[in-house]
Amino acid sequence: MKKTDQNKALNTKIAITGMGIISAIGNSVPENLEALLASRSGITSISSLQTHHANSIKVGEVKLTNTQLIDILNIPKNSVFTRTALLGLYAAKHAVSSANITSVNAYKTGFISSTSVGGMDKTERHLKEFSSNRESQKYINSHHAGDSTQKIADALGITGFVTTISTACSSAANAIMLGARLIKAGILDRVIVGGVDPLSKFTINGFKTLMILSDSDCRPFDADRTGLNLGEAAAYLVLESQDIIDKEDKKVLAYLSGYGNANDAFHQTASSENGDGAFLAMQKALKMAQLDPDEINYINAHGTATANNDLSESVAIKRVFGNSVPDFSSTKAFTGHTLAAAGAIEAVYSVLALQENVVFPNLSFKTPIATTLLHPVTTVKRKDIQNVLSNSFGFGGNCSTLIFSK
Amino acid sequence: MKACYIHSAVSISAQNTFETVFNLSESKPLTSRKANSNHPPYKTYIAPAALRRMATGVKMGVTTGKKALEKANITMPDAVLTGTGMGCIEDTETFLNTIIANEEAYLTPTSFIQSTHNTVGAQIALGLKCKAYNNTYVHGALSFESALLDAKLLINTDESQSVLVGGVDELGKEFIDYTILVEDQNNGVKVPFSEGASFFVLSSEKQEKAILLNSLKTYSNLTEQEIPKVLNAFLLENNYQTQDIDAVICGNNGSVSDSYYNQARAVFPITTSQLHYKHLFGEFFTASAIGLFLGVSILQNQHIPDALVLGDYSKNSLKTIVLYNQFNGRDHSFILLSI
Repeated sequence: MKKTDQNKALNTKIAITGMGIISAIGNSVPENLEALLASRSGITSISSLQTHHANSIKVGEVKLTNTQLIDILNIPKNSVFTRTALLGLYAAKHAVSSANITSVNAYKTGFISSTSVGGMDKTERHLKEFSSNRESQKYINSHHAGDSTQKIADALGITGFVTTISTACSSAANAIMLGARLIKAGILDRVIVGGVDPLSKFTINGFKTLMILSDSDCRPFDADRTGLNLGEAAAYLVLESQDIIDKEDKKVLAYLSGYGNANDAFHQTASSENGDGAFLAMQKALKMAQLDPDEINYINAHGTATANNDLSESVAIKRVFGNSVPDFSSTKAFTGHTLAAAGAIEAVYSVLALQENVVFPNLSFKTPIATTLLHPVTTVKRKDIQNVLSNSFGFGGNCSTLIFSK
Repeated sequence: MKACYIHSAVSISAQNTFETVFNLSESKPLTSRKANSNHPPYKTYIAPAALRRMATGVKMGVTTGKKALEKANITMPDAVLTGTGMGCIEDTETFLNTIIANEEAYLTPTSFIQSTHNTVGAQIALGLKCKAYNNTYVHGALSFESALLDAKLLINTDESQSVLVGGVDELGKEFIDYTILVEDQNNGVKVPFSEGASFFVLSSEKQEKAILLNSLKTYSNLTEQEIPKVLNAFLLENNYQTQDIDAVICGNNGSVSDSYYNQARAVFPITTSQLHYKHLFGEFFTASAIGLFLGVSILQNQHIPDALVLGDYSKNSLKTIVLYNQFNGRDHSFILLSI
């Protein structure tokens, strides 16, 4: 390929033809949209697992139990599906059917998932029985992060390229990015990308020790924010090559027009004061999308509602957008922070924002952060939206930005 | 599309691969069910304050990564990519056991912070102050291959000029015993379970002694019967035929699924040397990164250590090597290397 052709190939927009989601605010794309438009948060007290912190935290739980998911998905009762695999398969199946895919192997099709806890929901329950209890032992080999991905791929009939990414809370954004790159390189024609994380005692206690869990509804970008709410969710998108779109005259929901991945290289868990990683990720994504900052109509921010993230992200946003910061909001107050899945959940919301021409509200916001004075959008706002920028940042300095366009 | 070269390969493994010149003549057979790495003195490579907090996998990963960059004369890579099957299982076990023992009280965050799968990639970036593209793959026996595929793609598409990529897994203390417990005594893995880290610098620059990474392909699922067809197609896509391949390196681990390797080996003529390595290095999700380290070393040194020979052995010149790995008949990877 000549250099110019190659650059053209790298700058091609990638079509999104299907989406599936399950979160604290709904078990389908329409249910999620309805809750977003009604400003109805899914944050509640915890009921799905036993924890000593039950009275001091609030979470975003998926309302379906494992038993209900097994019934809905028609999975044999004796199969070894962690909650990670169940939530993931539920959302991935929705994504595939919404893209009207009937024969999954009609094209070179891959599956890229992401998770931070893998099979931890079963491991933490059975660890001390693994040596003695035969019934528990089936969950030993479902601990590693690739297990749920393999089970979902098998259920979808995908046998070729399958992999799993884990870069903490930016995982799903990186899965979406890899999928797009594999299509551009001609390695795949079609790829299902996204992520899943269930709630677990492991993450609840982990974030508790870091003292970044809020005991009330989280308040992203508020001066008096008190930390995050954890959530569980899964979401997947179907990406397809322009060739398939042309050949099958397929309906395109939106395009992935840019992406960027950078490392903050500052601290294992904390974000830097100047938000370098976030700044670089947003810049790279804008450059690839060939968009000026003022062409972004909505930022779906990472906005976890921790003291550190929201300040660092605000600084980075101001560095990229100067004094004309576009309408922005964090939807974490609806779903909780869904960790590895967050990038995919918010990718679905970004596509919905484009389709519905709407900015979703940043719930529970009252007072801007004194040093940055940024005001997120707090009520549903209708306007023409051409381009949405979505941020996902994680432990280990992993920062990723995706841009979605009409 | 730019060609992708391997400029350096460094490995910490159950054998002395890290400090000596490539030579397995003093390699020891592994006899126990679990085999730890032959650890170098890490304080030579990592500051004591940082070293204290690091689990085995992080130490191995950071050290091999650092040495791979040094050998390739790279101070700042354009990307850092890591593959790990079990992630930071030592710190995961520590945090999990404290949650259980203390009933969710009196916990400290250190082991939780270090338990995330991207810790090795993050620590490498932090040590180098490297703000470039950074990603971590965690897909069982394809964890390293996924990272390698991403790295190769970055070079091929000219998105990066030099990439640091590696695979790392640590044995841990508890979970591995459960894994061994449920491993089928008759049909399961016979070589020891082990650990290690292998890092590589990939570059678009053709150098003397650089090895060409021609191709890499992965499959989630293949039947035994499909192996010859898939392997032949893989070679043909790269304009090679079976008689062009000087050595094939397979990931035999003594389990029944070694039958897949028999299918693959049968594709090649007797002029292709047939090699294996897990009897010396053990099995773990990213053990195949050691396979690549050996493939690169064999081509660079133009020498096949006797200890690696499994079947046919030919003294032909060594120009082209194929690697094949899978685990329990799943997660297949084919890699083609040449000089």
